[in-house]
Amino acid sequence: MGALRPGPMQPEELVSYKLTINGREHEVADEWFGASLLTVLRDHLGLRGSKNACEQGECGSCSVLVDGTLECSCMVLAAAVVGHNIVTIEGLTQVDGGLSDVQEAFVQAGAVQCGFCTPGLIVSIHDVLERNPDATDLEVREAISGNLCRCTGYGRILAATHAVAAARRERKHDDGGDTSS
Amino acid sequence: MTSTTSTSTTLDTTLRRPPVERGIGESVRRPDGVPKVRGEFEFSSDLWADGMLWAHIVRSPHPSARIRSVDISGALAITGVWAVLTADDVPGLATYGLEVPDQPVFASDVVRYTGEAIAAIAADHPETARRAAAAVVVDYELLDPVVDAEAAIALTAEPIHPLGNVLCQQRVLCGDPDAAGAAGAVVIEGRYHTGMQDQAFMGPESGLAVPAEDGGVDLHVATQWLHVDQDQLAPCLGLPPEKVRVHLAGVGGAFGAREDLSMQVQLCLLALHTRRPVKIVYSREESFLGHVHRHPANMWYRHTADADGNLVKVEARIVLDGGAYLSSSPAVTQNAATFAAGPYRVPNASIEVITARTNNPPCGAMRGFGAVQVCFGYEAQMDKLASALGMDPVELRLQNAVARGDHLITGQEFSGATPVAEVISTCAAAPLPETGPGDQPDMALPGGAGRTGERGRVRRGIGFAVGFKNVMYSGGFDDYATARCRYANGVATITSAAAEVGQGLVTLAKQIAYEVLGAEEVLLAPPSTMAIGSAGSTSASRQSWMTGGAIEAACRAVRDRLLASAAQRYELPFANLGIVGGSIVAGDFSVPVSEAAPGEVFEETVVFRHAPTQPLDENGQGSSHVAFVFAAHRAIVDVDLDLGLVRVVEIATSQEVGRVLNPVQLLGQIEGGISQGVGLAVMEELVLENGLIRNPSFTDYIIPTALDMPEVRIQAIIEEPEPGAPFGAKGAGEPPSISSTAAVVAAIRDATGLDICRAPVRPQDIALALAEQTP
Repeated sequence: MGALRPGPMQPEELVSYKLTINGREHEVADEWFGASLLTVLRDHLGLRGSKNACEQGECGSCSVLVDGTLECSCMVLAAAVVGHNIVTIEGLTQVDGGLSDVQEAFVQAGAVQCGFCTPGLIVSIHDVLERNPDATDLEVREAISGNLCRCTGYGRILAATHAVAAARRERKHDDGGDTSS
Repeated sequence: MTSTTSTSTTLDTTLRRPPVERGIGESVRRPDGVPKVRGEFEFSSDLWADGMLWAHIVRSPHPSARIRSVDISGALAITGVWAVLTADDVPGLATYGLEVPDQPVFASDVVRYTGEAIAAIAADHPETARRAAAAVVVDYELLDPVVDAEAAIALTAEPIHPLGNVLCQQRVLCGDPDAAGAAGAVVIEGRYHTGMQDQAFMGPESGLAVPAEDGGVDLHVATQWLHVDQDQLAPCLGLPPEKVRVHLAGVGGAFGAREDLSMQVQLCLLALHTRRPVKIVYSREESFLGHVHRHPANMWYRHTADADGNLVKVEARIVLDGGAYLSSSPAVTQNAATFAAGPYRVPNASIEVITARTNNPPCGAMRGFGAVQVCFGYEAQMDKLASALGMDPVELRLQNAVARGDHLITGQEFSGATPVAEVISTCAAAPLPETGPGDQPDMALPGGAGRTGERGRVRRGIGFAVGFKNVMYSGGFDDYATARCRYANGVATITSAAAEVGQGLVTLAKQIAYEVLGAEEVLLAPPSTMAIGSAGSTSASRQSWMTGGAIEAACRAVRDRLLASAAQRYELPFANLGIVGGSIVAGDFSVPVSEAAPGEVFEETVVFRHAPTQPLDENGQGSSHVAFVFAAHRAIVDVDLDLGLVRVVEIATSQEVGRVLNPVQLLGQIEGGISQGVGLAVMEELVLENGLIRNPSFTDYIIPTALDMPEVRIQAIIEEPEPGAPFGAKGAGEPPSISSTAAVVAAIRDATGLDICRAPVRPQDIALALAEQTP
């Protein structure tokens, strides 16, 4: 996958840096200093799992984790997150290529229709269940209220989320109440 | 179960079963689910080609203007710009359109709406393309825009367009329009308005056009109907259709907005002109400007009923705003006219629907397609009528509900499944929520996290509505779908040009192939105009029936050949053979399907048509629809009387579907459709000011979030097999969006006591109206 060339930017507008994405260093060469993280992910590095539904920080389709904090990557200056740990949807898939529990639950529960909001929602739900494993339905709704979905009405997405939370609690119980994550 | 009995179930039983990989009626998992959750599914905005250019479209900032000149020299002088095309560069037909080509590829003499295309740029970088667009100088002579539909109809001297300001009209007259009803008859009049709703799919318009060696072009685009895109593209490009190959790229939702062309012609022109692949991705603002919307409606209704509550007559005059170009307005207009009186026995009717051309953004298809607007009107009237008669509103609806054998106001008989009374009665019987607004945390009250009101000023309301609509194309249109099944060594490959837009047709295709053929492995070929003939549009809730029917027929044809081959090979009578599960069986004989005909290839292509329909005559009479679908909704809302804010607490629904094909996918259609109905009821409206959209962003055009979305209670799914439909199943995508809006607004009326006549209901419609009542 090719990357964008510098285009009309003047040399003094261009910067080169490395980003740590999903545990790996990525070289970003000659990118406009004002480029958003979403643009760099999608058009420079070919990581197109993060989606471009509004590019105004309103829809959450481009959600990523920066040092564990949920962000809309369209609202993050890429050059400002050098040295920070970025996790994208591509980084949530298991090392062996298998699905994460949230990804699996989405497929199982029918939480996917067109799928455009799906990567962002999966990042968002990983985040809320990490922070609040016992989240109530209202707390989950609030946590994902920054992720717009136009197809599903959220019903199957909430069902998938609660199924994952219950399975994690069950697993923790079976593991003898180990509270580390 | 016979064809005339129906069963009503909740989905709970089926949903509790684990999803399986096969068969009709099962919650089979989506074949594209795994790539979508991994972020690996390639949407149209993810397309990439080496050496590709980036396109940007120059759009009019004015709703009505004469173009004195367009100067592209400044844009062409920018380094990295490969092409700047205007109307002069269109080699073929200068206009396009779904039904009539009345919309210019590029405006050249006048612009008729804000956002109309004037020029298109291809450059080596998206920012270069944007800068070049800003460097195109258009000299406009501004004209007064005509933005009021009634004014546009009255304005005949200087129409907006050579084809006139009345886009289309449809009248329906039945019985005696002068019928007055006997003594004691009740007459109810009302005026209603629904706003301009946007489909607001998540995946913006985008695509990649690649020039081909034969002088043609390959267009990869998110669309709802590949072949109708091709039909419109080829004349504009001046190419024979076979040189314009349209391929389906990953579609991020559609809901009607991808029926019309958006930038397909301009993108192909740029690719042909530059001899390079060219990509385009709309911004969200451009998306709001660049596709058709739901027609806003102004409706006047007068209902007459006898003293016992039997409807005697319905009169209506409905004016739709079609915006600047025709799009699919004729079909929307006919839907509004034919459904204007609701799913009720109405002996006398006089309905007129006029769709105006204005300088507002063009309107066309959106989920519900003309049925949504009139449902809002006729259901408000039914509530008013019940109140005037002192009757229970559900009882009034039950008393007048159509049943099989009754007639629509067009004279068409309801000859298929028509369980309207069952839909109404099951939905109305839904238990009420156990908790009231007083039990809710602030987050779950109107206003949510930003709530400032007093808890004691929150009132609960309940509203009820029933709605209906056609499935498939109507009015004599030759509506068909093509599908191919190729079968070899246990693997079935299904080819269809039908657009998967998120609804799950890909799942259904696999379910059907397994059901009919017992094929363990089902592959789906990429949809393309090169691969096969038209599947028709992914619209009008039609693909389950039409492409589902074509796939079923193709698989059955292959099945017959497979069984004939097996009969010969195993020396068994053909008539005794059948496929059960994954095996060919005859008595004690059984052989896995995959081993039955080693090395043999069977391929069948089928064109499937539904029963023919008739065009309406000048009085709106005729059997113009194929089949009807029905649903009812009961809404529970909490309203803050001071803030004017509404929280929709719960929607209970009953829907009739013919037969459940995939329970989980059906539930997804119901919940998703209700979310769009709730959106139109309380938050979604494109706000227009003198032809300008004031809220073209997700900051200002608000769609429901997870916090806004009510609980959905599936009260009943009614399965009464539809004659002539594959597996007896009707489409299910649109009914959830039809009466849910009307039910929510009815609930707001109940909570506030206000006679609210518009959707969406805005805070000022409640809070200011109540404040004015206070002495």
